[in-house]
Amino acid sequence: MIDAPLIGAPYAHQKVSVNRTMVLVMLALTPATLLGLYQFGWPAIFLFVITIAACLIFEAFSLQVMGKPKKVFLMDGSAILTGWLLAMTLPPWAPWWIGVVGAFLAIIIGKQVFGGIGQNPFNPAMVARVALLISFPLEMTLYTSPQPLFSADAPGVLEGLAITFGGGALAIDAVTSATPLGHLKTELSRGLEVQHALGSTDSVGQLALGTASGSLGEISALLLLAGGLVLIGLRIITWHIPVAMLGTLALLASIFHLMAPESYAGPLFHLLSGAAILGAFFIATDLVTSPVSVTGQLIFGAGCGLLVFVIRTFAGYPEGVAFAVLLMNACTPLIDYYFKPRIYGRDRKGQPLQYGDEGGEA
Amino acid sequence: MKLFRIRGGVHPDDRKQLSAERAIENLPLPPLLHIPLQQHIGHPAEPLVKRGQLVRKGELLARSQGMISAPVHAPTSGRIMGIGGYPAHHASGLSVRTITLHPDGYEEWHDDCEEMDDPFSLSPEQIARRVAESGIVGMGGATFPSAVKLNLRKRYQLDTLVINGAECEPYLTCDDRLMRERSEHVRDGVRLMAKSLGVERILFGIENNKPQAQRAMREAAADYPEFHVVGLPTRYPMGSEKHLVQTLVGKETPARGLTADIGVVVHNVATATAVFDALKFGRPLISRVVTVSGGAVKNPCNLHVPIGTPLEHLVEYCGGFVDLPDRLISGGPMMGQPLPSLRVPVVKGSNGLLGLTLEETQRRDEMPCIRCASCVSACPCGLTPLSMAAFIRVGSLEPSVELGLLDCIGCGSCAYVCPSHIPLVQYFNYAKGELTARQRAQHKQGETKRLAEARTARMEAIKKAKREAMAKRKREMEAKKAAEAGAAEQTKQEEAEA
Repeated sequence: MIDAPLIGAPYAHQKVSVNRTMVLVMLALTPATLLGLYQFGWPAIFLFVITIAACLIFEAFSLQVMGKPKKVFLMDGSAILTGWLLAMTLPPWAPWWIGVVGAFLAIIIGKQVFGGIGQNPFNPAMVARVALLISFPLEMTLYTSPQPLFSADAPGVLEGLAITFGGGALAIDAVTSATPLGHLKTELSRGLEVQHALGSTDSVGQLALGTASGSLGEISALLLLAGGLVLIGLRIITWHIPVAMLGTLALLASIFHLMAPESYAGPLFHLLSGAAILGAFFIATDLVTSPVSVTGQLIFGAGCGLLVFVIRTFAGYPEGVAFAVLLMNACTPLIDYYFKPRIYGRDRKGQPLQYGDEGGEA
Repeated sequence: MKLFRIRGGVHPDDRKQLSAERAIENLPLPPLLHIPLQQHIGHPAEPLVKRGQLVRKGELLARSQGMISAPVHAPTSGRIMGIGGYPAHHASGLSVRTITLHPDGYEEWHDDCEEMDDPFSLSPEQIARRVAESGIVGMGGATFPSAVKLNLRKRYQLDTLVINGAECEPYLTCDDRLMRERSEHVRDGVRLMAKSLGVERILFGIENNKPQAQRAMREAAADYPEFHVVGLPTRYPMGSEKHLVQTLVGKETPARGLTADIGVVVHNVATATAVFDALKFGRPLISRVVTVSGGAVKNPCNLHVPIGTPLEHLVEYCGGFVDLPDRLISGGPMMGQPLPSLRVPVVKGSNGLLGLTLEETQRRDEMPCIRCASCVSACPCGLTPLSMAAFIRVGSLEPSVELGLLDCIGCGSCAYVCPSHIPLVQYFNYAKGELTARQRAQHKQGETKRLAEARTARMEAIKKAKREAMAKRKREMEAKKAAEAGAAEQTKQEEAEA
């Protein structure tokens, strides 16, 4: 009479699915993405579409090779989301092959070789971004100033096609401009003080609203923050990782800024520039590659914040979110092993609780 | 009263409105009753009746066997049709020993079922004995013999009786109805149990989604200062014994221990009613209230049903199914059991019969785990269900035990929130069963070895004894021979001399 397989309770389920989780994350990303696409015009739109399409194609290829059902897994939304996040961390006017190579690195190297969704130890989008940055430093660090769609200087559709398929911002005489973090790094290395270095670049307001140069995901910290808060509100992610990460970053930046304001930028600059907000809410919180316990998540977030600050301040790269997240991803199994929740009726060491001697009253 | 927070938990759609306003109705007697001999945890009862025998309502059909067991009584008067195998009220549908009774319709009570004026005049021992004789078991679904729990006073220092009126499973409303309709009986049953346990404090927990039941019980308990009716936050699994106790008294039960370790015994509302009926009216546990509900059932309701009634009669009384149910469940949707068919009988632990539609079960194909940790935050026991399931999946059970598999109460909160629809509880139940089987096999192996060794030793001993006996006999023979030879010699000499 009933054909459902004989399986244990519960026979009720919250209306959740992997699909829904992925779609909600994408919805949360949408406002910031739309602003980014508007600011950088047609080349950015082409790159965005190419990256996501390439991710889907590589995903379908892997599923075919592994003999897994294609429809279910392509439609789970994870490949689209990976492509989306990767596109948001690329220079918007990068050539098409950056998107395609990135998609290959993310989907094949970052995810499918480990067994597909849920199995990857590292965030696929960040694997791709770091590999691209190391392999193609020129293309990956060439940023243009925002040129909103339909504005006078903005490239049209054809010009956009020429940029994306012709060789990126290098091919034409585009108005390139360093990202605020890159600019700061260069100026500091020239011996300038922070105030002067920042004086000529974008203000904190520009960073917040998204009119500074950078990748799609570095645009508009405010919209990304809003998206992140929505995710917390919908309980897709918890507050622990973002708060721990941004808190640590802000704390370290404040300490150093107070000690030597001329050599270290302030906390607000650190929080709003680069991929700090995107990383804290959308990348470090990647469900697959972050720890599962609350304590673990706090440690993970704090570790990310610390590494971002160290890399930005003391290392060779101006931005460190991708490196920080990958390094902490590597620690996730260890964190999960050492920081488990306390089991009911047991102490932290796993021994049954003891009340007094007789097993009676405490 | 101050309540204490518990970890985790979920808020499933409770859907109690389907049957909550339906007063308890008596189900008419079915043509045949199938009364299993095992309706409780422990040893099955031993039948005392024969085929063809006439029995009266409340008469003992089978007596309890061993320390943990419970007797079974006749739900009505009639003739015993036979004792044999019948499908169990269990997912497997395996057959168990069952007494089949053909009701004669007279409902004639047995002489032992006498009303008592003041059951409170009984001593604690007498109360516990009568509860045992009446075949009362935990009626919330666990079916542990209640008298064994009442006798815990002998081994533990107890101070509190907690009554579980949480009824946190969605759909179920049988306890809710009992508290509303028989609040004074429930109260007296609870007070009798408190007397038997020798405790001074009674905490009666009722979830806040049952305000009428709370009001009814508060009114009934108004004259008894030791009787506290406490509103509980509506959260699954509030009715888990250990979590209910923690919410009320603020202490966790030690792992692998009993709530009695912290001075608390927990009983269920329906059990309290059964205790009252047994002590006041002398009626053993021969019927119970069952909630028949679910989107597939035409008229969900609460039925007072004789034990042994095939489930199809309950469904029929409720107007049948409007929709083909996706699942047929005994108990609640969170911890209930799937039923193999509607032929199986109502047993002492059946609190619900649900016919759920696909929309209600939200059944979907399993996807890979995305490590979202929803299960970790939903687990009321502080476990990491995703890691446990990952180990069990590849067949390594020991690591999952280290992660707390045996501390899992099987509440299903993890599987309820899993976006990948992984049947986590199925994994855990499988692992628990497999571990038990392995332990049993190991025990058996050990026993076999021990017995074989004992046999070898015994054989050796016998051989040795035989050898010794032989040697002794030989020596004796030789001695005798020697003596005879000596004697012969002597005779010869004597003869020669002569």
